[in-house]
Amino acid sequence: MGHIKLTNVTKSFGAVDVLHDINLEIKDGEFVVFVGPSGCGKSTLLRMIAGLEKPTGGELAIDGKVVNDVPAADRGLAMVFQSYALYPHMSVRQNLAFGLENTRMPKAEIAERIGEAARMLEIEAYLERRPGQLSGGQRQRVAIGRAIVRRPVAFLLDEPLSNLDAELRGSTRAELAALHARLSATMIYVTHDQVEAMTLADRIVVLRAGRIEQIGTPLELYNRPANRFVAGFIGSPHMNFLEGTLEAAGAGTAVATLKGGHQLQVPIADGTAAAEGPITLGVRPHHITLDAGENSIPAKIRLVEALGSETVLHADVAGQKILIVAPGQHNLAQGDDVRLSLSAAPIHLFNDRGIRLERAV
Amino acid sequence: MSRVAEFIFRRRGRSGWHWTDVFTWVWLIGGLFIMFGPAVWLVGSSFKSPAALAEFPPTIMPYVTQKATVEGYDKPLDLYEVTMPDGSKTVLAEVRRIGIVSQMVSPDKPTEIVKVKIAERTPVRTMSFATSNYSEPFTHFDFVRYLWNSVFVTVTATLITLIVNSMAAFALSKYEFRGRTFAMLLILATLMVPLSVIMVPLYSIVSALGLFNNLWGVILPTVATPTGVFILRQYMLTIPDELIDAARMDKASEWQIYWRIILPLTAPALAVLAIFSVVWRWNDFLWPLIVLSRKELYTLQVGLSIYSGELNVQWHFILAMTVVTMIPVVLVFIFLQRFITTGIAGTGLK
Repeated sequence: MGHIKLTNVTKSFGAVDVLHDINLEIKDGEFVVFVGPSGCGKSTLLRMIAGLEKPTGGELAIDGKVVNDVPAADRGLAMVFQSYALYPHMSVRQNLAFGLENTRMPKAEIAERIGEAARMLEIEAYLERRPGQLSGGQRQRVAIGRAIVRRPVAFLLDEPLSNLDAELRGSTRAELAALHARLSATMIYVTHDQVEAMTLADRIVVLRAGRIEQIGTPLELYNRPANRFVAGFIGSPHMNFLEGTLEAAGAGTAVATLKGGHQLQVPIADGTAAAEGPITLGVRPHHITLDAGENSIPAKIRLVEALGSETVLHADVAGQKILIVAPGQHNLAQGDDVRLSLSAAPIHLFNDRGIRLERAV
Repeated sequence: MSRVAEFIFRRRGRSGWHWTDVFTWVWLIGGLFIMFGPAVWLVGSSFKSPAALAEFPPTIMPYVTQKATVEGYDKPLDLYEVTMPDGSKTVLAEVRRIGIVSQMVSPDKPTEIVKVKIAERTPVRTMSFATSNYSEPFTHFDFVRYLWNSVFVTVTATLITLIVNSMAAFALSKYEFRGRTFAMLLILATLMVPLSVIMVPLYSIVSALGLFNNLWGVILPTVATPTGVFILRQYMLTIPDELIDAARMDKASEWQIYWRIILPLTAPALAVLAIFSVVWRWNDFLWPLIVLSRKELYTLQVGLSIYSGELNVQWHFILAMTVVTMIPVVLVFIFLQRFITTGIAGTGLK
């Protein structure tokens, strides 16, 4: 049905390599999100699956059939473009029908499919209008509708929400999730917004500079990021990174010394105990508590952002910037001294190459 | 109305006249005369009799000197208003003119000759439209035949021009291939070659193809124009590539992409090219004159040259028929200019 497999796929534009050795398997009915900073190659990867770009090397298979040389139209996929790319001179109905007419489908069936998609997306009221007369959100629905009527093996969505305002983006995101549940079709979704990735995905593929950094479920990526890049990219606000050094201290534990001399005991898997030396300690802003107890770290507040339900504190720990999200409201001001506790926090350790060190379980 | 007047007559100098106000009015009125003067003169003169055309100083509107038949004279005589020595004015008919003295008679007393200095008389003139300038060519000149030839050449050449040029422009704007820029530059370079340079080789080709004395011989050499390719290509470059990607995903063939996506979105540029092409082909004179030597194949412009003989140019017919040949071009412009608006290619996108 919608099983897509990429084996050692590479892509270069002239002398510039944009994708290196991509290996990825997408199961039927899965919602996979490609996420990464702009220019990481995620859109190119999607366009390659769509058939709009040809891979330079490697193999691309859909449902077990190699499709490297199959034109876009014959791959049975449908794509929703970032700009929507609706045909401006056709009415919404004609936009939806265009792809079906090209397959010489009988008129009655075209009408039936359009009616069904229009009901599903609630665009019946403006089927006779042209795209120029629609709002951004309506155009977005039409673009999705154009994909739905094709009944594709898989949907490819290229940053479909990036042109909507924040409120509409939230509700459309929920509708997309509902649509996926209803159609149970494979969906590949490209975004640079990690919130969209976290909320929609069955699995997330994190890309950087043309390479896959990590593939996993949203919570896997959140809880066990493979490296410092993934750790920093997934989660909002992003993870704090504190420089320090690591020394082994007996079986299964090590002592991390932060800049400024503060020491922390960290459990560490035996195999990685040899990673003594400079390390980066990662801790999520939500896991830091304001606590003047034993072994707390002194910090100075630089900025307070009171959001009502929670308070975002920007602070300095021995010259390193740190972000704390404290639940509730706090009577703090710039320049105040606080003490932070990491005792309740899951601490991530990254070696000097940014690779995560496994902790003792 | 008062608001319109207020808009038109407002000045930069609130109460007085700023020099830019004076300049603007002079510039615009001068421009109006330069632009419209010739057209008005053409239409006005097309209604003049040959005698009125030869008159100096020339007039815009067609005037004729009134004539009267006077007893005892075979031909009708020209009427003049004469200032008599006692200061009174009267209308007399001129019998003959000797030097600066004119011999005149009163239509009431045909026997009594009055001698008048020519400075003291002015012709009695009334406006008169010589509609025979228009009606006569239609009867003794094969106007309908020539009109049909012109319409056939113009319409066919314009349609082929639009299709051929838009196809070339589509390939040059939307396909990546080696030598694309070179091909475009080569096409543009042909702009520098004037017709007179290629006339002889072109004639050989047309003749070898057996298109001499054939309307297709007029049409085919003109259909591929570098200007047209350039206009359309520049416009097509502004059509987003994502639309073409979307069409490819929608199983559209390359022909469908061209015919159903690109062409409709290029409508404004096509309208511009259509106007150009119609004007070019309609006004073409030299090339049809070379290719067509049989009278029944003449286009209007070539047909009009019948009236300029070696010894005698029948300006009154030429002017009248020029007005007639102008009408279709003006109509085409009025009709097509509605389409020359900003394109809609971007409206399907965010």
